[in-house]
Amino acid sequence: MNMGGRVLGLHLGLLVVLFALQFVLPAYHHGNIARIMVLASYAVGYNILFGYTGLLSLGHALFFAAGMYGMGLTIQHAGFTPAPALIVGIVAGSLVAGGLALLALRTAGVAFMIVTLMFAQAGYLTILYFGEYTRGDEGFVIQQAQRVLWGIDLSDPTARYFAAWGLFSVCFLLSLWLVQSRFGRTLIAIRENEERVRMLGYDTYAHKLGAMVVSGTISAAAGAFYGLLFGYAGATFGSVQYSIFPLLWVLLGGAGTVLGPFVGTLFMFYLIDLSSGVTSAYMLIAGVALVALTLFAPQGLTGEVRRRLWKGLP
Amino acid sequence: MTNQKKATSRRGALKTLAGAAAGAASLPLWARYAQAQSSEPIKIGFQQHSTGIGAAYGRWYGRTTEAAVKLINDGGGINGRMIELIAEDDGTDPKRGAEVVEKFANQHGCDVGFGTLFSHVVIGSAPRAGELKLPYFVVSEGHHVASGMLNRYTLQPGITDVKSQVQAMAPYVSENLGKKVTMIFPDFAFGHDHRDFFSAAIKEQGGEVLEQIAIPPSETSFTKYFPQIPRDTEVLYHVMVGPAVLTFVKELGEFFGDQGPEIFGFIDSLEAVDISSPGLEFLEGTYFWEGMPRYAQEDQSEHEKFYREAVGVDENGASVNDPSDVSTYAHMFGCWETLHVIKAGMEASGYAGPLDRAKLIEAVEAMGEMPESQAHPQGAKRFNGKTHQVFGHQHISRVENGRLVRVHTTSIDDTLYPDEVDYTTQPL
Repeated sequence: MNMGGRVLGLHLGLLVVLFALQFVLPAYHHGNIARIMVLASYAVGYNILFGYTGLLSLGHALFFAAGMYGMGLTIQHAGFTPAPALIVGIVAGSLVAGGLALLALRTAGVAFMIVTLMFAQAGYLTILYFGEYTRGDEGFVIQQAQRVLWGIDLSDPTARYFAAWGLFSVCFLLSLWLVQSRFGRTLIAIRENEERVRMLGYDTYAHKLGAMVVSGTISAAAGAFYGLLFGYAGATFGSVQYSIFPLLWVLLGGAGTVLGPFVGTLFMFYLIDLSSGVTSAYMLIAGVALVALTLFAPQGLTGEVRRRLWKGLP
Repeated sequence: MTNQKKATSRRGALKTLAGAAAGAASLPLWARYAQAQSSEPIKIGFQQHSTGIGAAYGRWYGRTTEAAVKLINDGGGINGRMIELIAEDDGTDPKRGAEVVEKFANQHGCDVGFGTLFSHVVIGSAPRAGELKLPYFVVSEGHHVASGMLNRYTLQPGITDVKSQVQAMAPYVSENLGKKVTMIFPDFAFGHDHRDFFSAAIKEQGGEVLEQIAIPPSETSFTKYFPQIPRDTEVLYHVMVGPAVLTFVKELGEFFGDQGPEIFGFIDSLEAVDISSPGLEFLEGTYFWEGMPRYAQEDQSEHEKFYREAVGVDENGASVNDPSDVSTYAHMFGCWETLHVIKAGMEASGYAGPLDRAKLIEAVEAMGEMPESQAHPQGAKRFNGKTHQVFGHQHISRVENGRLVRVHTTSIDDTLYPDEVDYTTQPL
């Protein structure tokens, strides 16, 4: 099997395993993996901007929340069914990402981080400000009857799992294709040396703009699906901690690897879940584990695999 | 030949055993449970705010819950079975809250979930509780249950909701403090509930709200908002919460000096905060809503006295072990009372295991009057089975010499409002 075949095999293999797990997992882990797949999709979106383009955003919760509220508000107030509501959520995320990119990409480095953080905070406060519609910090329930997509009740565990798997598959394969395409390779080149790429005649601004829109759109899709599958939209998902989470997941799993976001999300989820069963000081255990990983696997778990075992892993 | 026979016989025995094992495994859950029900504990999943913004409440909700569980277990448990409390920290986060509910139902095998306070965590978790058919007893005081937003598996039988609390304050405020009110509230859902419910209630009493001043949640200084308070304000109604509340009170005192309107607030602002903290002197002579009076009153009932001692709270509302560790006394009784409602519901329905969860819901829905007792030390309650919300007496206290002294107790009728939902029409 050539290199491309092995890479495709590995990534498709993960999707096959996740598909098959649906039939064997106990109920608790079945629900967890469904949730992890949606959150990992969010991390996949984040990874395109951070891992492959080298732009560290602290404002991705804005896109996640744009998707969640674009979907939720149209169901709640405009009586939309899930399919068009999901589209509205995803389009809302794209537009917000495009708008923010036009402003934030005028900056770089630390300034980019601060600008994205500030816009996300403004977005969070906007959700609170329009509390009459959004129910502010409390949020609102998307009722079971409003979550029936083409006759499929998404509150059913099996349907939810397959919907999460479908979303993750699309985002994951899109990410794999993207980073191997000309566009994706240019993004990686920008990450490595933007000046040199510009000197070679590439429009780096347009590429970064494109990366941010793709990243924001995937994040918004994750937000929209999260709200729909778990029946709740709330301002917490627009708060700063939900901008930090995908950064952590991607760093742990391996920034700039296609598998990394899923591995990082899975690792972090179960680290919290298992350590909280051992002690009430579970955040301490999580913190120590994160410090150890940063010290001994600075490129993240998948990044270490690439460094030690598989140089060509995308 | 003999060996052959023996081999065949061994296989046969194994087959029989395998068949028996398969048969046992295929028995309905209830049949297996019936074997164990006399000794298995009742598992109550306690969704606790151990970390995050609700941690101070979570600590005291934990102490109250443990005291109530000990009391019930010492008295023989529920239907002769001990309670096993399984506490999980939700980080006061709705996402983690939903995950914790799933953990209760699918991993720990809890009979019920219980104890959530913050509204956003309740609203984020309740859909999963409904889908998993896990009875979910919240102690939140939010209006979310009675508003019809949630589902048949979510109930609030141990603490009254903000709508009933707020509307019950209006008669006293208008008759004793004044009819021209200015409201200062945080600009998010909790504050909006107060704004909407109190504005309507004071209007019914012939009063009016002159100005509604919404404070952005990120605000740390409040002086610039005070000039918006109209001069003819007779009562200032405040419900600020969070770490900035001490600054708020201090700046309010500096602004008004000795010449201010009457001031009425909700103790939520100062739960777990010592009223005699430096900077809070301005609160002397002001009024507060209290779900249950923090300071032991002269006429406290024997039940309240028992409850206070069992939880480990002194006469000033602080921990008996540490006078600086002030309790969340106005709210935490809800955990105690809710656990006793769960006990009563399980005993009334003959609850034997998770297959009886629907019967438990119906048994609680059938409850009505709950007299003041050791199980209900805050006072008598009236449960509305249709809206899944309990109603009860509310208290108004005045700060006198650095202590909260109760000056008024409402009737239960003062707290009632028309039903907004009938959960009993939803399938179980």
